[in-house]
Amino acid sequence: MQQNAEFHTRVEHAIANGQIKASFRSAMDGLMAKRKAAFPDPDVLEMLRHRGAQVRANSLSKLPELLERLEKNCHKNGIQVHWAETIEEANNIVLTIMQNHQAELLIKGKSMVSEEMELNQFLEQHGIECIESDLGEYILQLAGEPPSHIVAPAIHKSRQQIAHLFNEKFPDIPYSDDVDRLTRNTREILRKKFYAARVGLSGVNFAVAETGTLCLVENEGNGRMCTTVPPVHIAVTGIEKVVEKLEHIPPLLKLLCRSATGQAITTYFNMITSPRKPGEKDGPEEIHLVLLDNGRSRIYEDDELITTLRCIRCGACMNHCPVYARIGGHAYGSTIPGPIGSILEPQKAGLDKLGDLPTASTLCGACAEVCPVQIPIPKLLNRLRYERTRNDHTGATLGQSSGRTVMEAGIWRSWSWVHSQPRLYRTTLYLITRLRKLLPQRIGPWTQVRKAPQIAPKTLHELALKEGFNDK
Amino acid sequence: MTEEKRYPKKPERVYYFGTCLIDLLYPEAGLAGMQLIQREGVEVVFPQDQTCCGQPAWNSGYRAEAIRVAQHQLDCFNEDYPIVVPSGSCAGMMRHHYPEMFKGSNDEARVTAFAGRIFELTEFLVHVLKITLEDLGSPVKVALHTSCAARREMGVATEHEALLKQLSNVEILEQSRREECCGFGGTFAVKHPTISAEMVSEKANAITATGADTLISGDCGCLMNIAGHLSYQQKQIDSCHIASFIWERTHATER
Repeated sequence: MQQNAEFHTRVEHAIANGQIKASFRSAMDGLMAKRKAAFPDPDVLEMLRHRGAQVRANSLSKLPELLERLEKNCHKNGIQVHWAETIEEANNIVLTIMQNHQAELLIKGKSMVSEEMELNQFLEQHGIECIESDLGEYILQLAGEPPSHIVAPAIHKSRQQIAHLFNEKFPDIPYSDDVDRLTRNTREILRKKFYAARVGLSGVNFAVAETGTLCLVENEGNGRMCTTVPPVHIAVTGIEKVVEKLEHIPPLLKLLCRSATGQAITTYFNMITSPRKPGEKDGPEEIHLVLLDNGRSRIYEDDELITTLRCIRCGACMNHCPVYARIGGHAYGSTIPGPIGSILEPQKAGLDKLGDLPTASTLCGACAEVCPVQIPIPKLLNRLRYERTRNDHTGATLGQSSGRTVMEAGIWRSWSWVHSQPRLYRTTLYLITRLRKLLPQRIGPWTQVRKAPQIAPKTLHELALKEGFNDK
Repeated sequence: MTEEKRYPKKPERVYYFGTCLIDLLYPEAGLAGMQLIQREGVEVVFPQDQTCCGQPAWNSGYRAEAIRVAQHQLDCFNEDYPIVVPSGSCAGMMRHHYPEMFKGSNDEARVTAFAGRIFELTEFLVHVLKITLEDLGSPVKVALHTSCAARREMGVATEHEALLKQLSNVEILEQSRREECCGFGGTFAVKHPTISAEMVSEKANAITATGADTLISGDCGCLMNIAGHLSYQQKQIDSCHIASFIWERTHATER
């Protein structure tokens, strides 16, 4: 977990690197266009978003009850459920399952929760090899980098960079920067791993409480392989991913796929309800579900901040964010980047650690406009700015008051004083307008790329009086 | 944003909230808005005790300080007149965020009524005054930048355009990524100057690329940001608040 001060350094670095912006800009343009094409009718889209928000809000409103129901129904289906309050606990649960099966290799489908757990590093310390089988994640594993986007993790890499990376890691395979060739090579490498691994791991997009079903959305088929080929399947997910009923899945699925990649549905949609039953020809013999809290129940405590947990991880907010498009995902220094990351991650890690993220937004509202479950992201960014600077301590937000400085508090106190006393305000503005020629023309970072604004000779208050506009 | 907006009948009298940025930097734009309303036969009241909507402190997390300033505006605009605001950003603050600010306080009911009286200038001209404009100016090409608050919070992007389209000698040119933020964001520009600089320079380039003679916006924050960058780059393009632009082109006296 990286901290506030480093955020600014990473931003400078990202912006100085023209390739980051070029990659993200064109990739985000493409994703925005695809989403737009997938929702041709704005009224239908609004109805669907409203439905999505309702479904998620309903699930969160009875979260403890639904989790218990999920556990009961999974159990009935033969899925073993494990609860983890912290990432340490979650990692140890996975490790124990691996050790119980003498497994030395874990084949993984894409899972942001496993990124949050830093599972690969943990298991490798215990002598277990992890192989990412999602193409983007596999590229990043070779490069030793974290994902920079939650749906398209290697979006920051160019085709040529990937070709060179493969050539460096697999010198025996002839160099190619042809996408189909690179994909085919990867498939050949991974195919052997699928057969060799005793345990496969996946994330979960939605967990259905009433049926004990784990839903998994993916495009490459690697998710289906991970969850069906090895004898043991471990699914890891956050506790917020539960929904009440099976009938809640279609609207969410529709919203997720279209918002993320503009697809009506992904190439693969897996609904996992039990391990292999007697007489069945395939599927794992054991399924484990690991439900991770890691700060989520603290977010759940707050009536406003709870909406953070509605997120279905489509990535549309980052695709549409003008800040994300400039600095890329790595600059955020958190597992999940972009607007949703800027509200979620500081609440999990603490505002003392990631409190700068909520300030890195113009509050333009592009994220909230596209969010399929209507999370009021700008409102929550504002709320977290408040939590970070407030000088009283109430509520559960971690790292409250950590960003309050004497100077900033002093500036706002004086500002508030001047702007709530009309005579003082008018006198101040009178003086500024009359002394405007004496004021500095260079004002901090503002004038590094802009001319200073020109102060008027007379205020609107004065003009209104002069032109005879009534005061009452 | 999605709620159905209701507009009152043309009133006899309105309040005008000039905004602090206009007060100090663009008073002629503020005045132009007042004159446009007055020309339609509506009395404009400008309470001399008004200051700022409180948004700068609110968006910086200093809520008590913002509430104190907002409270003061409530007192200034006491009568039941519509309140017209020549800025999508300040109007959005007063219409949508004031109710949040005062939720659960003694002022809650009063604030709900106050928020319901807030109208952004262009929506007021179009929907309440149903203004018709006669263009007296010479042919000009313009680019319109609609602020994020005007577009998304107040939902008045089409009203901005509708007014400009009434001007027969004005050609609107469309810049690429028209809906994208200019990178101002209040204290964002100071706290994250590198990101802001990147955003404003792209915005300015997109606008210059249209070949427009004038940049128009309904928000002085964006104008100060984009025009500040354009003049830093020594680009030959004017900038103008939409109220000044319309007033100057439709005002018939001794030119």
